[in-house]
Amino acid sequence: MLNYTIRRLVLSIPTLLFIALVIFLLLELAPGDPMGSMPLTIPDDVKQRMREALGLGEPWYTRFYLWLYQFFIVEPQYWIDGAFGTNFANDAQRIISFQSRSPVFDTIAERLPQTLWVVGMSYVVGVAIALPIGIISAYKQYSVFDQAGTFVSMIGFSVPPFFSGVLVIVIFSVQLGWLPSIYDTTHEVVDWQTFKYQLQQMIMPVMVLALQTTAQVSRYMRASMLDNLGQDYVRTARAKGMTESVVVMRHVLRNSMIPVVTVIALGIPSIFGGAIITEQVFKVNGLGQLLIIALQGNDIPMVMTITFLLAVLIVMMNLIADILYGVLDPRIRYD
Amino acid sequence: MTDISTQVQPPVETPEKVRNQWWDVWEQFRSHKGAMAGLIFLIFITLFCMLGPVVWDVDPGKLDIRNKDVRPIYTAIWDGDAKTSWARPMGTDHLGRDIMSNIMQGGRISLAVGWTAMILAILIGTLVGVLSGYFRRLDWALMRFTDLVLSLPLLPLLLVMMLLFRDPLRAAFGPENGIFILIVFGIGITSWMQTARIVRGDVMALKEREFVLAARSIGTPPRRMITRHVLPNVLSPIMVSATLGLATAIITESALSFLGLGFPSDFPTWGKILFDSVDRMTAFPERVLWPGLAISLTVLAVNYIGDGLRDALDPRIRGL
Repeated sequence: MLNYTIRRLVLSIPTLLFIALVIFLLLELAPGDPMGSMPLTIPDDVKQRMREALGLGEPWYTRFYLWLYQFFIVEPQYWIDGAFGTNFANDAQRIISFQSRSPVFDTIAERLPQTLWVVGMSYVVGVAIALPIGIISAYKQYSVFDQAGTFVSMIGFSVPPFFSGVLVIVIFSVQLGWLPSIYDTTHEVVDWQTFKYQLQQMIMPVMVLALQTTAQVSRYMRASMLDNLGQDYVRTARAKGMTESVVVMRHVLRNSMIPVVTVIALGIPSIFGGAIITEQVFKVNGLGQLLIIALQGNDIPMVMTITFLLAVLIVMMNLIADILYGVLDPRIRYD
Repeated sequence: MTDISTQVQPPVETPEKVRNQWWDVWEQFRSHKGAMAGLIFLIFITLFCMLGPVVWDVDPGKLDIRNKDVRPIYTAIWDGDAKTSWARPMGTDHLGRDIMSNIMQGGRISLAVGWTAMILAILIGTLVGVLSGYFRRLDWALMRFTDLVLSLPLLPLLLVMMLLFRDPLRAAFGPENGIFILIVFGIGITSWMQTARIVRGDVMALKEREFVLAARSIGTPPRRMITRHVLPNVLSPIMVSATLGLATAIITESALSFLGLGFPSDFPTWGKILFDSVDRMTAFPERVLWPGLAISLTVLAVNYIGDGLRDALDPRIRGL
């Protein structure tokens, strides 16, 4: 297993390098000029020097190498310096945003908590709702509850977040006036009152994102439970006189969770993609919104870094899912 | 079928009704209520968008400032003072454009994008899947490539593509066709991977079957082998993933329009109408409701059709 993990980790390096190259070359084709928003009164030779100051004068492979160097060597050095007070980085050049002229990772670190709160919470809530639905749907197959669960997950698959989000805003913020429609990220939780407000403003974005997760995970849970409920070992357990709750919750559930856990791991990157839209609907100033703004402003280092971070997340989650599968199910051997 | 004929003992003079496979599939499909409802709705919404403008010939782009912000006709039921008009049954927007004709026009574009992008994705997916399942030499390279594409962050890349190639394609093919080609192409090349994987698995299983061996032993060349023996047998997973592809394509197009990176303004699609109405949803919630419902119900219908097709095309379930 350890051998396999190390091999996969080593293999993921060329994968990530290739992905970085693809993203970089795609952005390289961009016709947009980061100098486009500068005043027209600036003379051309000054503009040219400004471009060179941004590093745009070099050929693409030099800049690609520089970006890789900054991403993998310089930025971690700054993190270590920040954490331990050392001085590894030695004032090396960091990845700088074209728009704000500040280090890209500082901006990302500012935006990350909002996204993590909303996205992480919605994923936890979504999975927590999905698991019981899946278990009961499978145990009572073709019952009214099962039909209702199927219908709800069909809705989760079909209603896009930009409609369900707008719909709940219209119902709960506009018509009923119960919940705020805009997510206020400057809000700080200090006492019970502010905590209640935080809950109120989080409910809608979290539930909209959780609906998507619930739809997917509950389907997998149901299918996996159904597979296991028909197995011989279930009959054996019942024949031994185990109570129904022990049979279902201990024997069947544990075996059914194996594929579901990997699905949950694989779904994490896609929920970040979904957050781009949900953040736009609820005006959360998280990573997704940062990406959209950077795209519109031709801020190539920012777009490149955020997109690549998402790719790293996808590759890592794939790896974790495969390893988890091997750890949880002893029948699976990767050798 | 032989079981039935031995049980019933049909009289000799009545010739046995010719049953073909697709008729069986249709019979099974009809018994799935959700799928039938989905099919009926899909036909209805397609006819509404295709033939609607013939009956309701109001120009969707025509500005009529005097009749702006007309509420839908049903508002009059609970609010007698609301500005309603029988000439504008679904109301008008802030520039006086008729919402019903906009939804018809937007539906045409959304459905056209959905179908074309789905067909493109299915073509690429089937090609990659068949090639890598049938030719062992290509398998490794093609599957590694599929894995690579799967680990790209697709939505951000799609957004990047929209921004980058918008202007060149607009210049080359005109504002509408250029964006249409771009969106269809973008969705198509980012959603073929699942189909490729499913088709590859099925083709590999088929290759071990006796009829393939028989066909090969009489000297069938690979090209004819694929078209005559392999492709017809992987048609059902392809059809099921086609329905899923149609649903995702419609949602992705609307999402792009919603993020403001889809079709240009004054060129309605369902997602675009929704996006434009969000600013005024406090006063005019119906403008958000109609395009959103159109997207959601269409995708729901397509998903149910996919569900029914999966059951109908599975010979183990069929005929129960």
